[in-house]
Amino acid sequence: MKIIILGAGQVGASVAEGLVSEENDITIVDQDPVRLSQLQDRLDLRTVVGDAATPSVLRSAGSEDADMVIAVTQSDQANLVACKLAHSVFNIPTRIARLRSRDFLEDESLLATDNFAVDFALCPEQVITDYIRRLIEFPRALQVLNFARGRVCLVAVRAYEGGLLVGKQIKTMRDHLPPEIDARIAAIFRDNQPVFPEGDTVVKAGDEVFLLAATENIHPVLNQLRRQTSRVERIMIAGGGNIGLRLAKSLEDRYEVKLIEGRRPRAELLANELNDTLVLCGDATDEELLEQENIAEMDLFLAMTNDDEDNIMAGSLAKRLGCRRVVALVNRRAYAEMIEGGPIDIGISPAQVSIGTLLAYVRQGDVAEVHSLRRGAAEALEIVAHGDRNTSKVVGRRIDEVQWPKGVTVAALVRNFEEPIVVGQTDDWTAITRYGEVVIAHHDTVIEADDHVIIFCTRKKLVKKVEKLFQVGFHFV
Amino acid sequence: MTRFAPVHRALGMILMLFGLAMLIPLTVSHLSDDGAQRAYDEVFLLTMLCGTFLWYRYRNTQRDLNVRDGFLLVVLVWTVLPAFAALPFMIHLEMSHTDAYFEAVSGLTATGATLMSGLEKLPVSINLWRHLMQWLGGMGLIVLVVAILPMLGIGGRQMLQAEIPGPMKDNRMTPRVTETAKGLWLIYVAITVLCAGAYRWAGMSWFDAICHSFSTVSLGGFSTYDASLGHFNSPAIEWICVVFMLFSGINYATHFLALSGRSVFVYGRDPEAGWYLGVLLVSVFVLANYLWKEGSFHDMDTAFRYALFNVISVATTTGYSTVDYGQWPMFVGLWMLFLCSFSTSAGSTGGGIKMMRALLLYKQVYRELVRAMHPSVVYNVRLGGATAPQSVLFAVLAFAFVYMVSIVSMTLLLAFTGLDIVTAFSAVVASVNNTGPGLGLVGPATTYAVLGDFQTWVCTFAMLLGRLEIFTLLVVLTPAFWRK
Repeated sequence: MKIIILGAGQVGASVAEGLVSEENDITIVDQDPVRLSQLQDRLDLRTVVGDAATPSVLRSAGSEDADMVIAVTQSDQANLVACKLAHSVFNIPTRIARLRSRDFLEDESLLATDNFAVDFALCPEQVITDYIRRLIEFPRALQVLNFARGRVCLVAVRAYEGGLLVGKQIKTMRDHLPPEIDARIAAIFRDNQPVFPEGDTVVKAGDEVFLLAATENIHPVLNQLRRQTSRVERIMIAGGGNIGLRLAKSLEDRYEVKLIEGRRPRAELLANELNDTLVLCGDATDEELLEQENIAEMDLFLAMTNDDEDNIMAGSLAKRLGCRRVVALVNRRAYAEMIEGGPIDIGISPAQVSIGTLLAYVRQGDVAEVHSLRRGAAEALEIVAHGDRNTSKVVGRRIDEVQWPKGVTVAALVRNFEEPIVVGQTDDWTAITRYGEVVIAHHDTVIEADDHVIIFCTRKKLVKKVEKLFQVGFHFV
Repeated sequence: MTRFAPVHRALGMILMLFGLAMLIPLTVSHLSDDGAQRAYDEVFLLTMLCGTFLWYRYRNTQRDLNVRDGFLLVVLVWTVLPAFAALPFMIHLEMSHTDAYFEAVSGLTATGATLMSGLEKLPVSINLWRHLMQWLGGMGLIVLVVAILPMLGIGGRQMLQAEIPGPMKDNRMTPRVTETAKGLWLIYVAITVLCAGAYRWAGMSWFDAICHSFSTVSLGGFSTYDASLGHFNSPAIEWICVVFMLFSGINYATHFLALSGRSVFVYGRDPEAGWYLGVLLVSVFVLANYLWKEGSFHDMDTAFRYALFNVISVATTTGYSTVDYGQWPMFVGLWMLFLCSFSTSAGSTGGGIKMMRALLLYKQVYRELVRAMHPSVVYNVRLGGATAPQSVLFAVLAFAFVYMVSIVSMTLLLAFTGLDIVTAFSAVVASVNNTGPGLGLVGPATTYAVLGDFQTWVCTFAMLLGRLEIFTLLVVLTPAFWRK
């Protein structure tokens, strides 16, 4: 596939990296030749220097026979114009744009083919904000991911000494849960190595356990398996950039939020934008400031500046001064691996988190959702099964009949995904509907056509094999 | 004098317009043959002559009004017009010029303090004129002029800003100042018509209904009876009055937006309206309870009825009364005067420092507290989702200071001339806030006639000071203003 990526910033580079490995022809356009050459050193792609929102630059990037354009420059306006040009001048079939401002998303017709012609809009800041919000809703979770439009939830937790799971076989988990609730341990990582979870696998302290259940069941399951943890009430955010601002805005209604920003004018702007957040002007790595603002009483410290080093240092400092839980944004993969097991509880790679949905869209086919786990080492994907017993290698078969590659676990199925099921009523008598039925996978579960299958791959390479397995082949009669 | 030629020309035109307004009582006087015809004939002619002379003398001025001219014009309009408006009282009622000028200023500033008694026996046209003055002054003389004389459009914005009360005069209504003025007056007229109709329906005569609707909507408080609205002793009339007083105490720009957008949610976004209604309602309930417990009324219903009407009336700076609340415990009277000094909204027809300034002051205090606890905090004072600029905050602080200094110094002045401290203080507060009746000797059951000439002038000055929100008047009184 021929893909043009506009903008070689953090998002653009990560997208390029994610797609290069999938045997695509990639051209990347940016105004900064230095950044482009750095990227070219690392990846096998073509670069074009110029303004992405002009027809001539798009043409020189090879728009005439491109299959897809991904506009991820810093400017919403440039991205919109590029998509419009790609559609009306070059007739590129698939157009993806990064849109920071929510205004553009409010009116659906704005992005329709006869307007800006954007097929898929991505807002990395929003994706990261949502991601962190979910982490806050699950205290002590390392990662929280949604599948099937929020129908199924995957939570990574660390197994601690004294927890209900530790020292027991996985199959005993069922004994602790109410009969109507089912859940599954999709994977276990021990000392960074995957352990294939089977009924008699014993969970050890320090294991990273990936737990999967229907979204409405995930809280009860976690509550059953872990000691009660106190709720998050006080949050401190370091860095008032786009992510910091969005986070503060979405958190300030429910939590007590303090936001530290170093630049005075930016702090003023934040103070104008936010209602209940206490905006502080100062350095997040300043011990005195943190102490003054009672860091020891904070339930959560979010280091959200643009600078990896600052985030790591501020996070470590906050932890040392007594903050209960520390989350930091870390862009560089080397750093992400380094901080593992240190004072920072969770390191989030913004690029990995934000481009998951985009990559799923790009891969097309039947993959509905892809999430990177453990900073890209493993992957969880949601894939739609098509065909029947004759044309597919999976449909109509029990899970243990399918020849899964080693390291792949089928975690759950969502059946009849398009069918709304009324499960209850709210106080004002509007029906609560859920789409589809969640079936936790056991070895004798039969995969049916159009099931959304949630699969856990302990290594990234396995994704391709899984995709191949799900392909409908007419030769296979 | 050619330096202020455009001011004189504009003043001449405004005087002519004001003369035309006098045609209303003049016609009524002739039709009803109430004996004041001669006075109106003379005053009308004199006003028109003066106006025409001024305008004719300076008609060829090329220069437009600038900001400084705007201040001067506003001050002149508010001091010269009452002089002409006072003439019918002087000629027909043979009042002294001090008393007549006081009555006219009290009318135009929509204060409602009066020196007259035996109002029932006054000629119809005199009563109509008193109420008409309140109505014209309530929304603002300059606003009216800008609405009907678009030639003043240039520089009109500055003049409106010198006249419309409130700390932040935003231009969110319409792009053109004439349209803004027209919109404001249109709502004002419509509400007055509604109010008059409601009064008539509740049992007033047409004359009383019209007069009282003028003084209700303008938050003035003149009445055609010595006993004020208490004369009617009708709960229906009191309820109507309360509703219209509450309405007029809200920013007219908000009414305009609500009406042009056909949405009541606008009131929810108005940062003042909620506080205004909340403070008043809480006060009414607390005071009604207090009066009942304390024994001024025998049952809660009566206490509520009288507390509701009189508290709202004083707090919105109207100044009607249905009972001599001077007889109530001093605490209640002082609370009512306290309310009138800040309750009404900026851009309403009420007086006082306005709820907007009170909120900004309160939030500044809160900011200082937060700063004390978090030295590195960035905390901006916000109102209705928007940040108040530092310049506005400083202006509000300065205003609050001058406001308090004015009250204290004029109270001391009145006390120096021999008034008891309650009378002196309440007279100054009631005048500065354009409320009307005070406590003590100038309470609701009495009039300002007990004051001596000098004391009357102090109160007259206080009313103008309050109506022009102090700074507009003070600016013109500074030497720097007159330096070339």
